[in-house]
Amino acid sequence: MASSVISSSPFVCKSSSSSKKDLGFSSFTKSSQISIHRCQKKSISRKIVSVMAPQKDRSPGTTGSVKTGMTMTEKILARAAEKSLVVPGDNIWVNVDVLMTHDVCGPGAFGIFKREFGEKAKVWDPEKIVVIPDHYIFTADKRANRNVDIMREHCKEQNIKYFYDITDLGNFKANPDYKGVCHVALAQEGHCRPGEVLLGTDSHTCTAGAFGQFATGIGNTDAGFVLGTGKILLKVPPTMRFILDGEMPSYLQSKDLILQIIGEISVAGATYKTMEFSGTCIENLSMEERMTLCNMVVEAGGKNGVIPPDATTLNYVENRTSVPFEPVYSDGNASFVADYRFDVSKLEPVVAKPHSPDNRALARECKDVKIDRVYIGSCTGGKTEDFMAAAKLFHAAGKKVKVPTFLVPATQKVWMDVYALPVPGSGGKTCAQIFEEAGCDTPASPSCGACLGGPADTYARLNEPQVCVSTTNRNFPGRMGHKEGQIYLASPYTAAASALTGHVTDPREFLQ
Amino acid sequence: MAASLQSVNPTLSRNLSSPNNSSSFVPFRSPFLRFNSTSVAPDFKPLVSFRNASSSFVTRSAAEPQERKTFHGLCYVVGDNIDTDQIIPAEFLTLVPSNPDEYEKLGSHALVGLPAAYKERFVQPGEMKTKYSIIIGGENFGCGSSREHAPVCLGAAGAKAVVAQSYARIFFRNSVATGEIYPLDSEVRVCDECKTGDVATIELREGDSILINHTTGKEYKLKAIGDAGPVIDAGGIFAYARKAGMIPSAAP
Repeated sequence: MASSVISSSPFVCKSSSSSKKDLGFSSFTKSSQISIHRCQKKSISRKIVSVMAPQKDRSPGTTGSVKTGMTMTEKILARAAEKSLVVPGDNIWVNVDVLMTHDVCGPGAFGIFKREFGEKAKVWDPEKIVVIPDHYIFTADKRANRNVDIMREHCKEQNIKYFYDITDLGNFKANPDYKGVCHVALAQEGHCRPGEVLLGTDSHTCTAGAFGQFATGIGNTDAGFVLGTGKILLKVPPTMRFILDGEMPSYLQSKDLILQIIGEISVAGATYKTMEFSGTCIENLSMEERMTLCNMVVEAGGKNGVIPPDATTLNYVENRTSVPFEPVYSDGNASFVADYRFDVSKLEPVVAKPHSPDNRALARECKDVKIDRVYIGSCTGGKTEDFMAAAKLFHAAGKKVKVPTFLVPATQKVWMDVYALPVPGSGGKTCAQIFEEAGCDTPASPSCGACLGGPADTYARLNEPQVCVSTTNRNFPGRMGHKEGQIYLASPYTAAASALTGHVTDPREFLQ
Repeated sequence: MAASLQSVNPTLSRNLSSPNNSSSFVPFRSPFLRFNSTSVAPDFKPLVSFRNASSSFVTRSAAEPQERKTFHGLCYVVGDNIDTDQIIPAEFLTLVPSNPDEYEKLGSHALVGLPAAYKERFVQPGEMKTKYSIIIGGENFGCGSSREHAPVCLGAAGAKAVVAQSYARIFFRNSVATGEIYPLDSEVRVCDECKTGDVATIELREGDSILINHTTGKEYKLKAIGDAGPVIDAGGIFAYARKAGMIPSAAP
């Protein structure tokens, strides 16, 4: 093994196989676009890490013929394209297993479908489309409400099996079909299965890669195309491998891991590439924690994220679906375009400071940053385990929050868990009880909420230039509403700790 | 990303011969001349404006592949990492792009999310269209969401092309799929050398496309469009698929 490269982070050991030469500025180096303010910092690591075609030693084929190894993503796409072999760069027509859409992009996607295939056209398979209203639900905005109605009409007309409808906006519990945030609902309702191809009209569709499938976000036009044909034209991405080993410290969560990685490679570090996560740390993560990891792959520019399925995956999936599936795994002789190794036991809680997900800083170094509010919610940080973590920290601290703390469970199921499940170590208290005792806002109706601002009357929207610590996924200017709002992206632990002090706070202040 | 588009792709060239070697397939003539049809929503914009054309609508099926494509107009310059929330803030996503009225409204809000530091607005308050036809960007243009509203609002506002140092994947793909705006890669940081209001021309040719800034007198080479070329030339993903025989030529 070549000696490890000195990089900007002491925790990262970038390995390159001894047969690789320093290829200097190969075409992939050019393609790993790094925003200019990081140029100097990145120049050393870029040269070593970005290589064109890693020359890995191939193990001899058993039958005597040389077999080209494929990564998980290459295998999934090859199978979906009915090919025996694909390589990065191939443009292939791929069969789609599941297409997801929601209230914001659904009307547009169906509009294009009808325009291109005809007013009387039928979708390719009414059982492979999942329509999940979640973005702008609990609002008086007429167009937002209309968009849910439009989706109802389409689903009725097309006989779409999975439409998680909502009609009573005043009481989410009165809607038996309504779920909430699409990416969490997809998992909870058994639509995520290893080895499949899942597309969604939302950038965080990459979340489902946690299940060992190819999952990525597409626009309305592509979705309209898939609606009619069940196929999509895709370019096979090369895979960047992230091996995370070591024991996860008790104060660290997968949100810290992904913020660490994005801070390492930048918001364009994985553009057009797959991010494959493996290692002992990954193996010990729950499905929800794996979802958080894959969720923010798009924030690094990644095409998709993927985690090899294992017993944890199968246990989750088999309890929720009876549709048969076949997992695939990267070959031992597969080619990866980059290799990163992390020893997670050495990592510390981090935040992404305004206004970029790659503006990484240690939480403890931001302790002088006064904040105005905390937001815990979204597909990234609004799942059951995210709330359990926050509740655990609040309980350990035994204090009240110093700033308004908004809680938005991602789905109905999460909301119910918050009110029903006992928090370990609390003597049987539920998250909801602990949140109430800590002085948080009452958990709100499940939806995407204020993660992306939304209509003016959205609960917890940033309508003033305030500082917010949030468990969400993006902090570009104006993301949660106000253009001058300052958003610090953080883990649920860090968010809870910050709520208790009124400043950005490392959770170790309360959890050790 | 830009470079990977440039890489030779034997698979693509096997499956679809380049438009210049049209002897291997008959130029596609769709009976579905949607672009001239008055009954269809006029939200499907042509990708390019031909030099001599006075009317702005040209059927894609009739376009000759070898013809030069030119964009000419004022530049609007932005920086790095212009994300989709800045291009079209989320509160406007209730507008459905396939609805003609709402398509126009989307255009009026294009780039309204840019911070106040951008004193010159892309679309003047109260206007529906922009006076800037060319957007000049830095790295990672269009990062963030997969919302197609982003390239759509730029096209709806009247922009014709973006010249950026690099693109986020989904934005680039959506630009190509919709045909709303032509995404081009520069080889240098053009955004540092151009100013909002500069007059420029983009000429797309086989092999050596260029951006000419008439105000500064400088010329910049643009990278070849690569794998996205056949899709753009065909007129978007649907036209491309029809050409490739993936979907029927007429609606059932």
